[in-house]
Amino acid sequence: MITVRVNNISKKYSQNKTEVLALDKISFDVNQGELFAVIGPDGAGKTSLFRILTSLILAEEGIATVDGFDVITQYKEIRKRIGYMPGKFSLYQDLTVEENLNFFASIFHTSIEENYDLIKDIYDQIAPFKDRRAGKLSGGMKQKLALSCALIHRPSILFLDEPTTGVDAISRKEFWEMLKRLKQQGITILVSTPYMDEASLCDRVALLQKGKILSIDTPENIMSQFKNKLWAIKSEEMYPLLLALRSNAFIEQSYPFGEYHHVLTNNEKELALFAQNYNAELKIVDPTIEDCFIALMQNHVNL
Amino acid sequence: MKQFLVFVRKEWYHILRDPKTLFILFGMPIVQITIFGFALTNEVKNAKIAILDPSKDFASTTLINRIDASKYFEVNDYLVSTKDLEKYFKEGKIKMAIIFPQHFNQSISHTNTAQIQIIADASDPNTATVLTNYASSIIQDWQNDLNKNRKLPYSIHAEVRMLYNPELKGAFNFVPGVMSMVLMLVSTLMTSIAIVREKELGMMEVLLVSPLKPITIILAKTIPYLLLSLVNIISILLLSVFALDLPIQGSIFLLIALSLLFTITSLSLGILISSITNSQQVAMLISLMGLFLPTLMLSGFMFPIENMPLPLQLISNLVPAKWYYFIVKAVMIKGLGIQSIWKESCILLSMTIFLLIISIKKYKVRLS
Amino acid sequence: METEKVIIVKDLTKSFGDFIGTNAITFDVHKGEIFGFLGANGAGKTTAMRMLCGLSRPSSGEASVAGYDVYKYPEEIKRNIGYMSQKFSLYEDLTVKENIRFYSGIYGLNKSQIHEKTSSLLDQLHLLNEKDSLVKSLPLGWKQKLAFSIAIVHNPAIVFLDEPTGGVDPITRREFWEMIYQASANGTTVFVTTHYMDEAEYCNRVSIMVDGKIEALDTPSNLKRYHNAKTMDDVFLILARKAQRQADQ
Repeated sequence: MITVRVNNISKKYSQNKTEVLALDKISFDVNQGELFAVIGPDGAGKTSLFRILTSLILAEEGIATVDGFDVITQYKEIRKRIGYMPGKFSLYQDLTVEENLNFFASIFHTSIEENYDLIKDIYDQIAPFKDRRAGKLSGGMKQKLALSCALIHRPSILFLDEPTTGVDAISRKEFWEMLKRLKQQGITILVSTPYMDEASLCDRVALLQKGKILSIDTPENIMSQFKNKLWAIKSEEMYPLLLALRSNAFIEQSYPFGEYHHVLTNNEKELALFAQNYNAELKIVDPTIEDCFIALMQNHVNL
Repeated sequence: MKQFLVFVRKEWYHILRDPKTLFILFGMPIVQITIFGFALTNEVKNAKIAILDPSKDFASTTLINRIDASKYFEVNDYLVSTKDLEKYFKEGKIKMAIIFPQHFNQSISHTNTAQIQIIADASDPNTATVLTNYASSIIQDWQNDLNKNRKLPYSIHAEVRMLYNPELKGAFNFVPGVMSMVLMLVSTLMTSIAIVREKELGMMEVLLVSPLKPITIILAKTIPYLLLSLVNIISILLLSVFALDLPIQGSIFLLIALSLLFTITSLSLGILISSITNSQQVAMLISLMGLFLPTLMLSGFMFPIENMPLPLQLISNLVPAKWYYFIVKAVMIKGLGIQSIWKESCILLSMTIFLLIISIKKYKVRLS
Repeated sequence: METEKVIIVKDLTKSFGDFIGTNAITFDVHKGEIFGFLGANGAGKTTAMRMLCGLSRPSSGEASVAGYDVYKYPEEIKRNIGYMSQKFSLYEDLTVKENIRFYSGIYGLNKSQIHEKTSSLLDQLHLLNEKDSLVKSLPLGWKQKLAFSIAIVHNPAIVFLDEPTGGVDPITRREFWEMIYQASANGTTVFVTTHYMDEAEYCNRVSIMVDGKIEALDTPSNLKRYHNAKTMDDVFLILARKAQRQADQ
């Protein structure tokens, strides 16, 4: 069953008197119970997309429905059944943890007790600080509280706009584990993130760049679409190595990738020889989502 | 309903947990009343004066009695010659002296004219002006009373032009002025900031994406400030009655009812400002520059509207505070009832309805 | 291989009342090295970095940055370092050229140097056509590259980068790292603080702070091998999970 349907959505905004396309004829569907990620850098259009789907802004073009309701005409219905966590964790800094949660429960005509089972897992971790003001919590705890607040009315769909930006690796990891458990409860989750490495934790991902979708698929399928053999090379001096790689015609592409440089070649023998000469470590690696994103971006430029 | 109450409770938390807001809310009226009170009233109350009255006749005695009876003056010394005058002034014993001519009564009744000399300590020019004006005015009053019983009027040459403060009582003017300023500040500034803060924090997004109705958000945001304004109105009235000895002449209920009406006007302005701004700074700037200054300048509180150039007089009609200021003066000081101020009240009411409709219409159910 | 040390830190401690923000940390950074300084929120990264930038005085211990003692010559240190963070750096309402000129000016470059730097930077960053555009109209990736170039406009001995590449697209991100590599090859030491572990993989060596102490310091590959982990993320999780301290801001 399709929970979120996006059909040919476009959104413009004007910047310095010129019109910029934040979203350019985007279409996709999200199925019930899916953990779906929109992955793209800042400025790709993630927030615009989420605001259109949560009925906060209007698209210039296209149709979008959430839980079967139109985002323009039936926004009131949508607002009753979705949970939304915007980019900045929206909490009242001067209210305590418990007061924040109580407030959100009440505006959705419910109480903490009624849906406690849903948030128990998350809320238990911050419950020891329930009398602390939200402004005094760490980034990770704010994130958990904001998620609890977005969940307190048992929404059928959860929209999380960049929930992991600005929190440390541990909180990030815990957050994704929480999302997995929520998914088991049957909640459809749409999440946006600029971090490519989070793709593997989702059922399906849409790679978004400059308002266009580069690819939508399961992370495995996206990675399997990377047809070329990908090499990784590493030596003592990485920058001279990169410059040397670029000066060779048998190198189709080379770019830094963590400890290594990733390389695409049309001549494996020459590459092996090159590595030997440079006393460099050379190996074949599996492409990551980031490699795929780079390849897709380049395809789109060439189109 | 529960939604609404919870929202209002949350607003209380915001207000009570921010010492700066609290100070502005409650410190402000007290500070303003005190500052204006000391600056304008205390110095002209019971000012010590000296009298030199060589005639000591019926006319001069009644006039002196009248001056002494007024609350502005207290006759401290009776002089016998002008020689002592300078000494008294230098020692700071007196602020003003009144010198009668010889045969004061006689010269009024026979020649119908007389002269009185008023000498003031002008080292404090403001006080001196105020005092001489008060004295001249009392003399004028006395002269008018005398003239009532005569066919041929007396003329004592004490020609006075009242440049300001014709009612001769500082508190009369500034209490209504402070009331309109404080209500404007609390209601407009504070509500607009409180709503815009939700936007700045990104909370507005979350509130919009909830079953909350816009009207609930607006009401819940404004109710606390309406109540706080009521507290402010009452505290200003208490201060003016007990600290400034300025009794409320008219109906206190009428005064409070119309004050609440003005509060609602200011609240709707606050909502309007918040719907066109996205940052607290801008909201504050618009409230202060766009509303606070006109209130100060064009309500008649600082400068009499009659003396303004015509365009400004016309513009002043658009300032809600002008009408409120008029109403407060009429009810509180002149003791007039609704029959005398219904026109002004209607203008204020229609302004309120107009602003309320616009601000609710302007309030967006989406972000853009 | 013995190279020149540009940051020498010994038992550096900063305490705020009972709370020890940075607890006796010791490490060296070599000239031209790309040094990753990692830790969870509240682990003490910011406190340590402030001391190294001459912005806050240590409670005890020793540290010298670019040859200057942090107690005695904080002003000299400030003159010899560059700083760039994701959140702040450029004036959005000034043009590209005005930003370059402004920063060159405050770092004491003379008129001809400013002129020369401005044209060479515009050329290197391919911003010649955009030189009179307001910075806020540039894509994020360009802004970050410009911010980095400006942070090293005065050829500092060390440049401090605070989460430099968060949120940019993968291609721009690589261009950014190439700029960092280039700066490092030219002898500028690059000190990167971040809590994104994939940024850490690009560093020559990384230190991981937990509860105010440095728990690990080595090359990424050694750390991964030692902890038997596949990525720096895993290494970090193994170390940081030991944290006792509640991350408070």
